Amino acid sequence: MEVGTGKVHRVAGPVVQATGLKSHMYDLVLVGEEGLMSEIIGIAGDKHVIQVYEDTDGVKPGEPVKETGAPLVAQLGPGILTSIYDGIQRPLPQLVEASGNFISRGLFVDGIDHKKKWEFTAVAKKGDKVEPGQTIGTVQEQLLIKHKIMMPPDTRGTIKEIHSGNFNVEDTICVLEDGTELPMIQYWPVRRARPSRIKQAPTIPLRTGQRVIDGFFSLAKGGTAAIPGGFGTGKTVMQQTLSKWSDVDIVVYVGCGERGNEMADLLHEFPELVDPRTDRPLMERSIVYANTSNMPVAAREASIYTGITTAEYYRDMGYDVMMTADSTSRWAEAMRELSSRLEEMPGEEGYPAYLGARLADFYERSGRVTTLEGTEGSISIVGAVSPPGGDFTEPVTQNTLRITKVFWALDSKLTQRRHFPSINWLDSYSLYDLALEPWFVENVSPDWNKNKRRAMEILQENAELEEIVMLVGSDALPEDQQLTLEVARMIINFWLAQSAFHPVDTFCPYKKQFDLLKAILEYRDRAFEALARGVPTDVILGTPSKDALAKVRLVEDYEPELAKVTAQMESEFKTMS
Amino acid sequence: MTKEYKTINEIKGPLLFVEKTEPVGYNELVEIRTEKGEVKRGQVLDTSNEVVVVQVFEGTGGLGKDTSVKFTGDVIRMPLAPDIIGRVLSGSGQPRDGGPPIVPDVEKEIAGAAINPAAREKPRAFIQTGISTIDGTNTLVRGQKLPIFSGAGLPHNDVALQIARQSKALGEAESFAVVFCAMGITNEEAQNFMADFERTGALERAVIFLNLADDPAVERLLTPRLGLTTAEYLAFDLDMHVLVIYTDMTNYCEAMRQMGAAREEVPGRRGYPGYMYTDLAIQYERAGIITGKKGSITQFPILTMPGDDITHPIPDLSGYITEGQLIISRELHRKGIYPPIDIRPSLSRLMNSGIGAGHTREDHRAVSDQLYAYYAEGCDLRGLVAIVGKEALSERDRLVLEFADAFERKFVNQGRDEDRSIFDTLDIGWNLLQALPETMLTRIDDHLIKKYHPRYRKKE
Repeated sequence: MEVGTGKVHRVAGPVVQATGLKSHMYDLVLVGEEGLMSEIIGIAGDKHVIQVYEDTDGVKPGEPVKETGAPLVAQLGPGILTSIYDGIQRPLPQLVEASGNFISRGLFVDGIDHKKKWEFTAVAKKGDKVEPGQTIGTVQEQLLIKHKIMMPPDTRGTIKEIHSGNFNVEDTICVLEDGTELPMIQYWPVRRARPSRIKQAPTIPLRTGQRVIDGFFSLAKGGTAAIPGGFGTGKTVMQQTLSKWSDVDIVVYVGCGERGNEMADLLHEFPELVDPRTDRPLMERSIVYANTSNMPVAAREASIYTGITTAEYYRDMGYDVMMTADSTSRWAEAMRELSSRLEEMPGEEGYPAYLGARLADFYERSGRVTTLEGTEGSISIVGAVSPPGGDFTEPVTQNTLRITKVFWALDSKLTQRRHFPSINWLDSYSLYDLALEPWFVENVSPDWNKNKRRAMEILQENAELEEIVMLVGSDALPEDQQLTLEVARMIINFWLAQSAFHPVDTFCPYKKQFDLLKAILEYRDRAFEALARGVPTDVILGTPSKDALAKVRLVEDYEPELAKVTAQMESEFKTMS
Repeated sequence: MTKEYKTINEIKGPLLFVEKTEPVGYNELVEIRTEKGEVKRGQVLDTSNEVVVVQVFEGTGGLGKDTSVKFTGDVIRMPLAPDIIGRVLSGSGQPRDGGPPIVPDVEKEIAGAAINPAAREKPRAFIQTGISTIDGTNTLVRGQKLPIFSGAGLPHNDVALQIARQSKALGEAESFAVVFCAMGITNEEAQNFMADFERTGALERAVIFLNLADDPAVERLLTPRLGLTTAEYLAFDLDMHVLVIYTDMTNYCEAMRQMGAAREEVPGRRGYPGYMYTDLAIQYERAGIITGKKGSITQFPILTMPGDDITHPIPDLSGYITEGQLIISRELHRKGIYPPIDIRPSLSRLMNSGIGAGHTREDHRAVSDQLYAYYAEGCDLRGLVAIVGKEALSERDRLVLEFADAFERKFVNQGRDEDRSIFDTLDIGWNLLQALPETMLTRIDDHLIKKYHPRYRKKE
């Protein structure tokens, strides 16, 4: 398409109308004298409707609008990892260098460094027939992450020339018979999903080291989870903990409309974090998008797409990726704001009618797949929703729940009691339960699911009993029910509660999760046995080993400690009368 | 150079529709001159070749088709100089104290660009407010924005003033300023604030913007922007630690709704405009610390929740942007407890970075969690007691219930001029926890119990 220039006709906030353009929908244009990054979002008669990713202060009718002839693309190639981007993949540290502490306008900075030389090792050779997505060479992007240079998803051919050596991302590393020159960098339109061969069934759990998640409401690799929560429910800490501890290769964190100080915290904390499995900085396998709430709303809208596109790129290399979107409500609000500026007919609560479709499009880009090349990779998405006033019936939450398979119901009542993670064990669910059961049986313990169900039953019963206690007091309950209350309290306080700030407790391996829960259930069995023998409840409840059990989770090398406590428990119950 | 136009086609509420202009920039400052020579200011909200929409800050009273409009070709700027400290200005930045206009060293755009998140410093310096419910359980750090959610008739202003008066960093003397923005508060409230600022000498280190209840509502949209631009100048140009208090954000949002209605925008929840979240974020996010700068901006927005409803869009959206909230409770206020801060729904999101060894004391987090847990449980038990009476409670529950009562009387309650150190606050906490058996202190590590529990501490 011929690249031309049009003129600004009208400016109202981030929405601009222009005349004289030939661009297509979602093509990128540069608005005004300053060349503000913008996107075509509508065409009406001779006017193009444009959303501008930056502030439009001072833009006048009559100023030029330059076409680029291409949609908003992500730059994909070595150098993405460790980056901190805004919503349209401009690296924030480079923006500081270019414009100082405050983000000024009209700056264009490449998503990856185009000058830096990487050592490219060819794995394909001259004469090879190469298919879309096939690896033609590798670059050691980080010490532990090998970056595969793949054929673009729409290119195939026979290699005429390919060279190993030091190249920057723009240098040609490979030439095909038909004359196509391939650099390492690829450009991919962010609003379009990158292709893969087959979507696999979710049969492998994503380990998070959080007892309430792994034990009760596990997420599958390639699955989707929603964390709703009113403000102050511990959502952000939860998501950051997940980024730190999940067993994935790459973490993509999209801070969409989040707080500046929180992003600063993340940006300071992330580089300091050490990956517990490799002793390397976690940042080496992370990509962070930070589009804070006060940065332009159109860039916030784009940030989710930019984020998932980079996630897909690493998935295509055969990696397990976790993308955290915090928060999709802010994203939906950006859509609403832009929609209202466009004077579109509003749907429910002012959100555009296409809200559900957009959310579904996004979540459907997750999954464990067989890549074009035949390897296996996955993207698991954890999306936060922030329902206004904690009202789960609002459109964003409802549309999200229709799509996601796991729901971690964060509960502000638990936060108020300082119970973390504040995931409500009665309201949450995981639809991957059955699909993941065989994995746990095979890899952790045949009793995994049995114990999980027993614990769940106790908690259910506890919830019912608590209602009675609210009315009549716990003393009025029969003795066995009093014991159940106590056991439930143990499960809640010793097992479900987990401190993200305690050096040991912050991560709990499957084995430890299982052993701790097993010990609590053993306590329950012994207690009921003692009760049947005629031991009074206050004697049973007074066992010191119960309090000792509370502290086992805080011990790194917990097994001797747990053995000691269970032995103590055994002897206490034996001598009890 | 700039032309004056007399082509007003329509005046509607606070809006002017001007036709046949040369190209006018979005958000440009506009000067409006009535026939009688009165000058008002406005801002461009929508610009196209056909019509330019101008919002007038001082109200459209006295304007007509013969009014002339001048587009200045520049956005609104705030004149700034070091001697702005100690001044009282109107909601649109004009002197209100009878003093001369500010002779500017610099003039800054009031729109305020976003701080690059990569240039932000993580807030971690503990601020001691001398109020136990804040320092102990909802700790404030420098660079934080912590709103006070209150209701009509509650003493939120007293709390804000006490914070302004007592706030300090531990063990260092630094230059410190207060920017106070009043939006739509009554004359009486304004006088109370002014009297207190004068009584305590705070006026000498404060910049005050007053938009009173009878000033034009549209002007309120300008007030926080002016205040925050001033705060940025003091913090990042003059290296000061700035505390920004603005009251009442509810009035600001009402003004936004009024403007939205006048522009016939598609309304969002409860008639507030769809961009209210972004607009509030632009104000609140102007708090923080920038790497390499000495100063900081800490914000205390005050908002009254209509009908004490925390799910109302204003507190709800604010809560998503700010780093926590302090909730003023009507129930505690009725019990005669001051400051009536209910710690259960209150939260400081940045607390963890500002407490513990090196900041306050190593036992801070554990003590705070333990106090929280039993206070919350005790409050729940009150509901039970109302039904079954105290006698039906177990021994443990009775202890927890008594703990909750004592907590309100001794920890929450304090004098309006009582300035507690953080160590006093923590010790009060320990003294309350002493009433519970040690095995109940499940959230506190053993070594902390051994070190700080009054039972083990030697008499000093």
